[in-house]
Amino acid sequence: MRWEYRGNTLILGGGLTYRTIPAAYHSVFQSLKRHKPSEIDLGEVETIDSAGVAFLDEIHTRLASKGILLFKGARPEVQAVIDTFSSIKLPVPIPQRSMGWFEKLGDDALNAGQNIYQCLLLASEIYYFSLVGLISRKGQRKGSFVQQAVLLGSQALPIVALLSFIIGFILSLQSAVQLKNFGANVFIADLLAVTMVREMGPMMTAIIVAGRSGSAIASEIATMQVTEEIDALRMMALNPIRYVVVPKFHAISLVMPLLVAFSILVGEIGGGLIAIGYLDVSLPTFVQRSIEITTLKDLVVSFGKSTVFAWTIVIIGSFFGFQVKGGAEGVGKATTASVVASIFAVIVLDAIFSLLYL
Amino acid sequence: MSQALISVRNLVAKYGERTILNDISVDIMPGEVTVILGGSGCGKTTLLKNILRLQEPFSGSVKFWGDEVLQMDEPSFSGILKRVGMLFQNGALLNSISVYENISIPLELHTKLPEEIRDRIIRVKLSLVRLAEAIYKYPSELSGGMKKRAALARALALDPEILFCDEPSAGLDPLTSAALDELILDLRKQLKMTIVIVTHELASIHRIADRIIFLDGGKMLFNGTLEAALKAGIPEIDTFFRVGRF
Ligand SMILES: Nc1ncnc2c1ncn2[C@@H]1O[C@H](COP(=O)(O)OP(=O)(O)OP(=O)(O)O)[C@@H](O)[C@H]1O
Ligand SMILES: [Mg+2]
Repeated sequence: MRWEYRGNTLILGGGLTYRTIPAAYHSVFQSLKRHKPSEIDLGEVETIDSAGVAFLDEIHTRLASKGILLFKGARPEVQAVIDTFSSIKLPVPIPQRSMGWFEKLGDDALNAGQNIYQCLLLASEIYYFSLVGLISRKGQRKGSFVQQAVLLGSQALPIVALLSFIIGFILSLQSAVQLKNFGANVFIADLLAVTMVREMGPMMTAIIVAGRSGSAIASEIATMQVTEEIDALRMMALNPIRYVVVPKFHAISLVMPLLVAFSILVGEIGGGLIAIGYLDVSLPTFVQRSIEITTLKDLVVSFGKSTVFAWTIVIIGSFFGFQVKGGAEGVGKATTASVVASIFAVIVLDAIFSLLYL
Repeated sequence: MSQALISVRNLVAKYGERTILNDISVDIMPGEVTVILGGSGCGKTTLLKNILRLQEPFSGSVKFWGDEVLQMDEPSFSGILKRVGMLFQNGALLNSISVYENISIPLELHTKLPEEIRDRIIRVKLSLVRLAEAIYKYPSELSGGMKKRAALARALALDPEILFCDEPSAGLDPLTSAALDELILDLRKQLKMTIVIVTHELASIHRIADRIIFLDGGKMLFNGTLEAALKAGIPEIDTFFRVGRF
């Protein structure tokens, strides 16, 4: 790209293209301020593309206000490109106004309120159709319950087992050192049984299930939503909640208590190793004390709350799935949000249960 | 005869064991609008993707500006890709950013143009595809045809020397579709752009095609001008144009 001033005229020449504009851009505009040309001669411009046209338009817009500016002498083929790619007559779009923080705060609060309402609404539908689904299998595919039970339950066994074992083991190890100081070795059984049954079993399992299955539920439903599969189901006169959510709800209600029982058992084994190996408690004593300390109430509360956790995870997962906004990128967001929300909900619910049934 | 811009020799493309394209040889001439025709599922998209190395061809050779690209290293090939635009069959806009940003990305990352110039280019490209009103929208807020046009604007962002379009007018009304044809002719005439289009719209083919490539059963049945295609007396092509006429 070449440029020079002759009297009141700026003469541009050569190529005005993506490659040449960036280098010359600032020096040309500097010189425009000094020379204030009234005409621009394009006669020597050989090639021009949309970057070149945008450059001319920018000159025009900046200088037109200060006096009449004339472009002249462009060759026909250059003029044709200018006419096609000119941005001068285009309306300048108004950028979207962003909210102030106060407005945003109010908006967030309203949204949060709306969300809780919507979530409760969805929960009521899920409960309703789950009850109906117990009696009639209409609108559900054969085998979906078993498939979901395998997916949500048995495939979670290894990770639940591993983590519960480690937790039981570590918990006992930490207490063992203290207990040994007081010679209270045998109480390791009581300690372990109470923590595993009341807290660690249900809580650990719920967190694993929220991470594993809650995210799977949210992403499955969100994907179905953005790819219009949910709409397709509606058009086949199938209720998406009955078709998609209810089998998961039934499956998880059955599977969760089993997982928790399994988790407690494996945790006891992990702790038992410490009790027997490190604290010299005999196996029969350990088993006997563990059983004696565990009351029926403990077990009922433990399994009761784990069922509640399971329901919460399914409801929150489906809520974020159905709520997904935008296209494919919304799926990831919905999944993350659902995991965070369900782990939060599980911990809060657990606290409430602990306060109610100490 | 002038040098071919892209020359494809004995290209074979497979998905697993299944051969989709068998021994295709094509020359794309500079400044021409080449239309690729053929029934649904015959391998048109596959041909484009193999030429652009989005899928590795099973065998054969592809040359851009005389350079073999199949063995080329990443940096040299991306140098070629900067001179090529592609409109994908389903748009392939980046979903997490707005239309404006989608078009801005190649401009920001491949040029040093100042922002006000980029802004003008983006607005012009969008108005060329008649989508000025959707500038700050997100892809998920657009209709199918709007996504297609936004994607075309993105493909045009850098004024590519070669433009590949996979069914640009699918899902568009006849008026918008005719306007896109106008645009394609303008681009060819004014920027000397070389354009390769997959389309099924007969009206469009009559308006824009300089050359036609007809694929069927993994083979290339015909390669030449539209008039020659109509006179060639190849039954598949005759059927294609007779059934489609309205
Ligand atoms: N990812 C894939 N894996 C396996 N086979 C594929 C894949 N993509 C396409 N095919 C097969 O390759 C063949 C050609 O597909 P291609 O997408 O190229 O068709 P097309 O000519 O573009 O059709 P349309 O006009 O419908 O877009 C089809 O028969 C399809 O079944
Ligand atoms: Mg295709």
